[in-house]
Amino acid sequence: MKSVVCLKQVPDTETQIKVNAEGTGIATDGVKYVINPYDEFSVEEALRMKEKKKAGDVTIVAIGPSRATEAIRTALAMGADKGVHIDDEQVNNADPYTVAQTLAAAIKGLEYDVIFCGHRAIDDDFGESGAILAELLGLPQVTLVSKIEVSDDKKSAVAERDVEGGKETVEVSLPCVFTSQKGLNEPRYASLPGIMKAKKKPIDKKTLADLGVTPDPKIKPLSFSMPSERTAGKKFEGLEPAEAARTVVQALRNEAKII
Amino acid sequence: MPNVLIYGEIKAGKLKKSAFELASEGRKLADKLGGSLEAVMAGAQSEQYASELAKYGVDKVYVLDSADLETYNSEYYAQALAQVINDKKPEIVLLGHSMQGKDLAPRLAAKLGVAVIADCIGFELEDGKLIGNHPMYAGKCFTKWQALASPQIATARPNVLEVTENSKAGEVEKIAFSADKSRPTYQTKDLNLDTSGKVDLTEAEIIISGGRGMGGDDYTLLEEMAAIFGPAATVGASRAAVDAGWRKHADQVGQTGKTVTPNLYIACGISGSIQHLAGMGSSKVIVAINKDGEAPIFTKADYGIVGDLFKIVPEMNKELKELLAE
Repeated sequence: MKSVVCLKQVPDTETQIKVNAEGTGIATDGVKYVINPYDEFSVEEALRMKEKKKAGDVTIVAIGPSRATEAIRTALAMGADKGVHIDDEQVNNADPYTVAQTLAAAIKGLEYDVIFCGHRAIDDDFGESGAILAELLGLPQVTLVSKIEVSDDKKSAVAERDVEGGKETVEVSLPCVFTSQKGLNEPRYASLPGIMKAKKKPIDKKTLADLGVTPDPKIKPLSFSMPSERTAGKKFEGLEPAEAARTVVQALRNEAKII
Repeated sequence: MPNVLIYGEIKAGKLKKSAFELASEGRKLADKLGGSLEAVMAGAQSEQYASELAKYGVDKVYVLDSADLETYNSEYYAQALAQVINDKKPEIVLLGHSMQGKDLAPRLAAKLGVAVIADCIGFELEDGKLIGNHPMYAGKCFTKWQALASPQIATARPNVLEVTENSKAGEVEKIAFSADKSRPTYQTKDLNLDTSGKVDLTEAEIIISGGRGMGGDDYTLLEEMAAIFGPAATVGASRAAVDAGWRKHADQVGQTGKTVTPNLYIACGISGSIQHLAGMGSSKVIVAINKDGEAPIFTKADYGIVGDLFKIVPEMNKELKELLAE
């Protein structure tokens, strides 16, 4: 089973995001980076497929500045076999189309049965590169998957995906693009021997010129701003439960006029 | 003519509320551009909803009548919408950022060689070009994005755009479509839907959420409160509660769950981690109930009660039952 996992390095979810002084992006000082949580599910699923079929490999493809190497190394330490790191100013903060175009170019030369993407990156929250990538490669997409069973001949898979108010079970021919949703699996931690081995695993560095991609962004950011700060309202402490409940319910009706 | 096209999503035999939100917003954009507002719906049965859309300002409704569109499929729906867009050439295309919209919009955009300004909470026009206000980091910051290519496609977060009535003709045009089956896609084998009619978190008007303080998977008290509020209310959970296995992931509010914008968010036993506050911080009114008076959730709450949720929530349920029965 050969898998390609598209991976992004993002600020940890507990990061307090601040817009930079110029309003052109976020302030990156002091930010702790992690593998995008949905991509971590992808790495785990790809590893489980390889282990179950007792053959194949897992290639990590990541776009990002030099720090993204750490995220690739972490995935290699979990058990992935090799990495492709596209580090190019023209794509490191690009729009979803350019990202998908770059991933497509990097993946075209690889052998694969399945491609994984996170269903969205928790930094820019667009959640569209996976579907665009699938279309560019002429592959089916199965988004928001929480369960995948690959057939014995590796020609097809049955997957469960999240739909509004429930689950849809689909059958898909391989290769295809899956986008991972929480619930797919419980990602493993990198073991110490894994971390040691990862140091020797190859990471292929690429630029857009290497891939023959000329960026042609389809959307662009104009400005970044902080949400208006919410301030604490009324806090009731030391009241009897019945009194506290009555006070708040009455306030919701008469003051907030919300119920 | 710089026209605006909206996609009317149908769920369980009903046009979704998001369609009216999109129509209302689309009407404003079309008027500013001096174009007309059009809508597209899939499935022969969808013709019956044309008059509903007309009420919210739709001039023309395209009904895609095809056996290939009976069940939703990302590839076939994207093909069908691409056909309409290539033929009718709208300048702006709006879809809802629903579970289906998230799957469909980028596939459609890729077929048209563009990208989606996804999950917008507001729109404006500058020199006739669409600008979408897109929250990032689950709402920790906001960004404005402009489309550089045509058509300009965006998805709108449900429950945010205002619905305004503005009666128009809503003239129906049926469009034939047959899917290009040479493009590979998946086949739906089974749809297992919750038939309770429970509203999705992202579309709920009232959310009662439980966190670590619930102490287990018994959410009866919160379910009771949701039932008192009625069908527009639902129960959510924090990451801690989902990770503990008490609630399903679909119920999770926060950066690795859903970003929600209800009128009323009641947080029970949720301390308020940064990622949770980001995911619910845009709720209109927030109520927090927590034993720990120092919990960060109180810094965001309009009304905070320091105390035991298992004593306070039953009292609130009593009060609400009386009040809402009137």
